[in-house]
Amino acid sequence: MTQAVVREAGSGALGAAVPRREAPDKVTGRARYTGDVALPGLAYVAVVPAAIAHGRVTAVRPERALAHAGVLAVIHGGACPRLHQTSDADLAVFQSSSVTYLGQFVAAVVAESPQIAREAARMVEVDYAVAPHRVELDTAAADLHRSPDRGPHFPTDCSHGDVEAALSHAPVRVDATYTTPPYHHHALEPHGTVAYWQAGGLTVHETTQGPSGTRDILARLFGISPDRVRVIARHVGGGFGSKAAPKAQLALAAVAAQVAGRPVKTVLTREQLSVVAGYRTPTIQRVRLGAEADGRLSAVSHVAYEQTSMTSDHAEYAAAPTRTMYAAPHRETRHWRERLHVPSPTWMRAPGECPGMFALESAMDELAHACGIDPVELRLRNDTANDPHSGLPFSSRNLAACLRTGAERFGWAERESPPAQLAGGRGFVGMGVAASTIPQYRFPSRANAQVDGRGRVTVRIAAVDIGTGARTALAQIAADTLGVGLDLVAVEVGDSALPSASWAGRSSGTTSWGTAVVRACEALRAEMARRGGALPSGGLEAASDTLDELAAPRTHSQHAFGAQFAEVAVDTVTREVRVSRLLGVFAIGRVINPVTVRSQLIGGMTMGVSMALCEEGVLDPRYGHFHTRDLAAYRVATFADVPEVEACWVDEEDVDTSPMGAKGVGEIGIVGTAAAVANAVHHATGWRVRDLPINARHLVEAEAAAGREAAEGDRAAAGEPG
Amino acid sequence: MKPFAYERPSSVPEAVTLVAEEPGAVYVAGGTNLLDHLKLGIAAPRLLVDVTGLPLNAVEALPDGGIRIGANVRNADLAAHPEVRRRRPVVSQALLAGASPQLRNMATVAGNLVQRTRCPYFQNPATPCNKRQPGSGCAAAASRTEHRALMGASESCVAVHPSDLAVALCAVDAVVCVQGRFGPRRIPVTALHRLPGAHPERDTVLDHADLITGVELPPLPMATRSRYRKVGDRASFSFALVSVAVVVDLEGDAVRDTRIVFGGLATKPWRARRAEAVLRGGPVTADRFAAAALTELSDARTVEANAYKVPLARDTLVATLLDACGRA
Amino acid sequence: MENITLDVNGERHFLTVDIRMSLLDALRDSLGLTGAKAGCERGHCGCCTVLVDGRRVYSCLTLAVAVAGAGARVVTVEGLSRAGPHRLQKAFIARDAFQCGFCTPGQLCSAVAMLDEASRERPSSASGPSSEGPALTETEVRERMSGNLCRCGAYQNIVAAIMDVAP
Repeated sequence: MTQAVVREAGSGALGAAVPRREAPDKVTGRARYTGDVALPGLAYVAVVPAAIAHGRVTAVRPERALAHAGVLAVIHGGACPRLHQTSDADLAVFQSSSVTYLGQFVAAVVAESPQIAREAARMVEVDYAVAPHRVELDTAAADLHRSPDRGPHFPTDCSHGDVEAALSHAPVRVDATYTTPPYHHHALEPHGTVAYWQAGGLTVHETTQGPSGTRDILARLFGISPDRVRVIARHVGGGFGSKAAPKAQLALAAVAAQVAGRPVKTVLTREQLSVVAGYRTPTIQRVRLGAEADGRLSAVSHVAYEQTSMTSDHAEYAAAPTRTMYAAPHRETRHWRERLHVPSPTWMRAPGECPGMFALESAMDELAHACGIDPVELRLRNDTANDPHSGLPFSSRNLAACLRTGAERFGWAERESPPAQLAGGRGFVGMGVAASTIPQYRFPSRANAQVDGRGRVTVRIAAVDIGTGARTALAQIAADTLGVGLDLVAVEVGDSALPSASWAGRSSGTTSWGTAVVRACEALRAEMARRGGALPSGGLEAASDTLDELAAPRTHSQHAFGAQFAEVAVDTVTREVRVSRLLGVFAIGRVINPVTVRSQLIGGMTMGVSMALCEEGVLDPRYGHFHTRDLAAYRVATFADVPEVEACWVDEEDVDTSPMGAKGVGEIGIVGTAAAVANAVHHATGWRVRDLPINARHLVEAEAAAGREAAEGDRAAAGEPG
Repeated sequence: MKPFAYERPSSVPEAVTLVAEEPGAVYVAGGTNLLDHLKLGIAAPRLLVDVTGLPLNAVEALPDGGIRIGANVRNADLAAHPEVRRRRPVVSQALLAGASPQLRNMATVAGNLVQRTRCPYFQNPATPCNKRQPGSGCAAAASRTEHRALMGASESCVAVHPSDLAVALCAVDAVVCVQGRFGPRRIPVTALHRLPGAHPERDTVLDHADLITGVELPPLPMATRSRYRKVGDRASFSFALVSVAVVVDLEGDAVRDTRIVFGGLATKPWRARRAEAVLRGGPVTADRFAAAALTELSDARTVEANAYKVPLARDTLVATLLDACGRA
Repeated sequence: MENITLDVNGERHFLTVDIRMSLLDALRDSLGLTGAKAGCERGHCGCCTVLVDGRRVYSCLTLAVAVAGAGARVVTVEGLSRAGPHRLQKAFIARDAFQCGFCTPGQLCSAVAMLDEASRERPSSASGPSSEGPALTETEVRERMSGNLCRCGAYQNIVAAIMDVAP
């Protein structure tokens, strides 16, 4: 399990609590984001969105817009350069007359100013041939299909043993359906691009989580060599998955720059982001648990229903985390998907785990209640040393340590039954717990490490800092590997001209890039050693590529784990839920920088509170649009919604997962938070909210359901027919 | 956003004349609602008449207990005014429960009263809305949205009135002072907002050039015992799902007089006169308060998505009244 | 187009602007002061918060011509550190009160004004209007900062940074 790391060098930089390197730029307004880029001759692009959810564009009439002073061009299907590759229909703007979701780009205006562009976009007239649309996920739909398999290790359906028989024989059973609404990432920086062409080459400043991957996609889209494309992302204002795969505004900007023959800027409006920036699919999840009277699971079934668009193969796989969480002899996980006339969903912080663990960890709480067992103890009883799915031992797990440490620190033993009352009898205080997990992935990356004649080191890698503190962490990793002071190490990221690297996403950035940086620095150190430690005046450099290293088959199952504890106060008059305390304890390997790691963890937990209490995307089935399109209607948690949030970690190093002994921490904070809050609400009130968010509406409904269940229980006890 | 002309008059008559002479003119002060509508493309005035230079910035506490409030007083300043906090706490509470500190710094008293609905269909020019485009239909009426009025709706419009301040002002008998083309008028704030009926495009009884110059709060000693309680979807910076403003005058263990107004439930701030009638002369008990609430809510027309507002409004009113009566 | 004079960070700027320009657009596109950010352009997120005559406002919902017409003085995040780093800027760094940093300029301007409001005993809904000069507790700070969203979830650290410099 937990392994020690033998470090030959080491400078004390790894694990040091140092401030992020760009902090002074970020507090003075000097940090330049994509939308801040100004270039001579810049033109501005505004989008014309489709007014129908399904059909065809039959005509675009740009005349009025073109006649407007300051308009440079109107781009649409009838007036647009052909793209080289059109297989990704979401990216291949104006290459087809087909409309498959409301808000799809059907035209765009290039103008001298953003004010003119936006005004002229409203003047572009578009005719459609309208076809019927369907936008609502329905578990009874005739065209439900199995989500696609993702390779031999990730089939969409898994089954072990005889689940139905085990469930029917189990002395204690839970059978419940949970729903989560669509979630929008709404990183505060809107998606945007500044693009220009020069001598057949394309340069873009882009809001991206992966400069190298974006470069390659642009090269294919325009049929040019990747070395003719440069993608720059010095600072990125959050992503959460929405800036992983490029979105339509990137292709649009590149096309518009071609058409206008000058640099252009495209920044999407907040309303457009809810359409084209991706979102997390709504889920409907049925979880069935069978257990012995002592809470030991005999059967687990988790079936998830999800949606995707007509143009995307995306799947969330909400039941996937159930495969590795708890041991049970009989298990099944299945994923059903429906294609709808909706915008394409995409990865969002902890895809699969985030909604899936809301369902599983709520069901575990229902099981604890049904068995009369403490929810922490129930999870300990179902802990496992081997991954039930792969059969491999975990490289490290430590879920039990997280649960025990958290219970101790949170004061779980003081959890009162019945729960404490709020002052004035206005409601109750409850406590809840839920587990967290995130699989660990690493993707191939390259890095370059250079030392000059005076011993100053520069590490170059096309990583990107979307707020994780990547520059700082990579400097710490390099300093540690080289055994030099942190102040001697400079890091360059955020530019595809640097050695190619994987994306910032799926909790893989720091471990993937860190591995490449370690290897480059090891090679540099070896070269210095070969020269007896003397540095030539011109300096030395070394490069790495982790492609081969990461191709080796895994001998361990690699996951991060955690336990989250929530205390809530539920006002039973106003049905307001306030989280008063939140504690997360995580098993995340070696912590590279406690300052930035803690920020990422509490950031994820904060987003989890937001998911639990506030966020809800709502579609109108008649028109096919989200009417929660702005940050007033789509509510994300404010300061006042987020209480004391604390995150800590157990001692752990995991060299299977990365040579630093570290695991990725970007996602785990959001996993389990919503379940912990919902479980605390149930403890406080006896109301089980199975439909997020936990708002007044759902509380009133859960209260009514609890009343019905109590009445049925009374009738059953009295021997009356139901 | 369409281009517009911009004027900055220095007197009230000048402002009124400017707007009266241009059918496409609108007044603008804080601009928080108007600029949003310009960006959404749901308003396209030809002329903006900026009234922030007019001398309408004072809050005067009158010797008789009344308060005179200039139309341009910013929401934050009114909420912070010592006499408002002392004599009409419900007004200060309602202001502080609304929007955000930045918006309260920008928005004015008059602007708050004439702000428009946040109905998602009103704000989306791609959908029909009789309030935005008369005769186009009401996308909200046939929708499943929870954001629709339980009371005061018509076939033409189910949009909920968004203001917190207006709810509180209705509870303290406020009077709106208006300068029109033909002189000044005074309108009780409860008569300012219209029910939508067949003409939801008209939110208020104000005519095109009417300029709100101020709000007067008449003497109302019982208003020192007043409360505003708002339930939102977030702990701060959200519109009311349900809100209540209450003023109570007690005589021993009985309610001598009261004002009750609901927000978040209706197409205008909803003065609950029937609930008030149930309470007057009655005892201070939760049962009596609940009966009063249900009397008022008996005509509420709900759909599945907003049926929860009935128990929510009932319980919130009961708790707020008990709190105001010192029985919480 | 309109000719206006904008007083920003202690300097007067003579500009020709589109009448439709928000203060935010004028700051960013005309003056190159890109600290204030366009997060939603609808007054919902707080990224564009600047100080106008010392009061925090959303510059996205403010017309540049109106600010010029009123002769108001504008301070942006760039103007906070003209006399060396502001203590809130230092506290934000010390507490890691941001991740992506996009909301940070707005948070800082908002926090500067919030501390000023609290020092003048302006009420909030956390303590209610009857409270005279409430202590600036964490609960107060949370309510008073709720006009600024942070999607990275740095609220906890921002509150800690503000508490560090609060009286």
